[in-house]
Amino acid sequence: MSFFTQFDFSVIAPSLPFLWEGLKFTAKLTLIAMAGGIFLGTLLALARLSSITPLAMVATWYVNLMRSIPLLMVILWFFLVIPIFTGKPMGAETSAIITFTAFEAAYFSEIMRAGIQSVPRGQVYAGQALGMTYWQTMSYVVLPQAFRNMLPILLTQTIILFQDTSLVYAIGAKDLLKAAEIAGKNYGRPIEMYVFVALVYFVICFALSYLVKHLQARTAIVR
Amino acid sequence: MNYHWNWGIFLQQVQSGDETYLDWLISGLGWTVAVALAAWLIALVLGSLIGTLRTVPNRGLAMVATAHVELFRNIPLLVQLLLWFFVVPELLPRDLSLWVKQDMPAKEFFTAVICLGLFTSARVAEQVRAGIQSLSRGQKMAGLAIGFTLPQTYRYVLLPMAFRIIIPPLTSEFMNIIKNSSVAFAIGVLELTFQARQMQEDSEQGIETYLAVTLLYFIVAFSANRGMALIERRTRVPGYIGGAK
Repeated sequence: MSFFTQFDFSVIAPSLPFLWEGLKFTAKLTLIAMAGGIFLGTLLALARLSSITPLAMVATWYVNLMRSIPLLMVILWFFLVIPIFTGKPMGAETSAIITFTAFEAAYFSEIMRAGIQSVPRGQVYAGQALGMTYWQTMSYVVLPQAFRNMLPILLTQTIILFQDTSLVYAIGAKDLLKAAEIAGKNYGRPIEMYVFVALVYFVICFALSYLVKHLQARTAIVR
Repeated sequence: MNYHWNWGIFLQQVQSGDETYLDWLISGLGWTVAVALAAWLIALVLGSLIGTLRTVPNRGLAMVATAHVELFRNIPLLVQLLLWFFVVPELLPRDLSLWVKQDMPAKEFFTAVICLGLFTSARVAEQVRAGIQSLSRGQKMAGLAIGFTLPQTYRYVLLPMAFRIIIPPLTSEFMNIIKNSSVAFAIGVLELTFQARQMQEDSEQGIETYLAVTLLYFIVAFSANRGMALIERRTRVPGYIGGAK
């Protein structure tokens, strides 16, 4: 087996700065989509649980629709449709950020809904009894507990999101995978690049999921 | 908003041939279903085996199973697909490698099925493990106490309960595998997403194309959901929340 003679991993070192740019975009996309997704997702979860029926229905439909379409289709949809509405072409990077925020909001909203529902109802009554408004009850009493209960699951979803960002490949945004592909083409060594980039994804995801496991043990509320 | 709607586009002929755009979408749907079902078969069989092994007392076996799960869970699906398609053939012995690269029939299809099957097997394994661990310890002890061997205890006591318990999360995984099969477009499987992109470029009627394709995905995923719901109803265990009376 001529594994090591056949492969030339020396092309990795000179392409590292280029791959780093790709990783930076992947990280940026992940962080913006996480922050935006959790914020919008929390609003969606509150809407789904609200007593205003039309609001709850719209939120439910949005979440179910997003969850039943492949992410790849959503990426293509946004890339195609947003320019038709705005009338001007949009870069793949901007389109990816908008798409992932909107898409992840649906998944984060399901997690936040479960988190809110895991808070005992008495907590809401206690807030109301103190004279708090709806928003005060939510932001000072219910949501902090919901976040704490759901923190490990929110982070696990973020790891999935980090992996899913590789799909921006379809619209040509320069993330880590695309950078590796371009570098592989430039050096005529695509195989080594794919192996290296898989290793980078693996190390990051493995380390993050290990951290989440530890966090889970530390943040668990003793009841 | 300046868009020329043309709902008749599906019955028009494609620019380079006798087929209509509808023919493209239907053949794409066929490939999507074929990839998803074949991969689901692998995922279910391998995932059940790996998930079960993660719970056995033999630490060596459990570690191999854990390594399998960690490996396939921590690399993005698209990257795994590219690895299977470009890298794995290079690692094979010379003759086999040449055959895979040049002569293998439906190479893209089988690559996508193996990749998606293994990717999902890690997720199925986690569900199976969770199902087995959700059973009370007494079940295993009871099995062993009446003289079953460990494999018999799994076969007749633990697994029949565990599988019934995890049908809802398995339903989600089944729907995920249908959605994830869209990634196969990247290596040239002529499935629904591939056909959608092709039709959009060929017809320049993007919105109609994507609406139709989204609807098709929705129908397939929903049918899968209903199918699993039927199995869930028929395998309910009396005495559990949501179980038969």
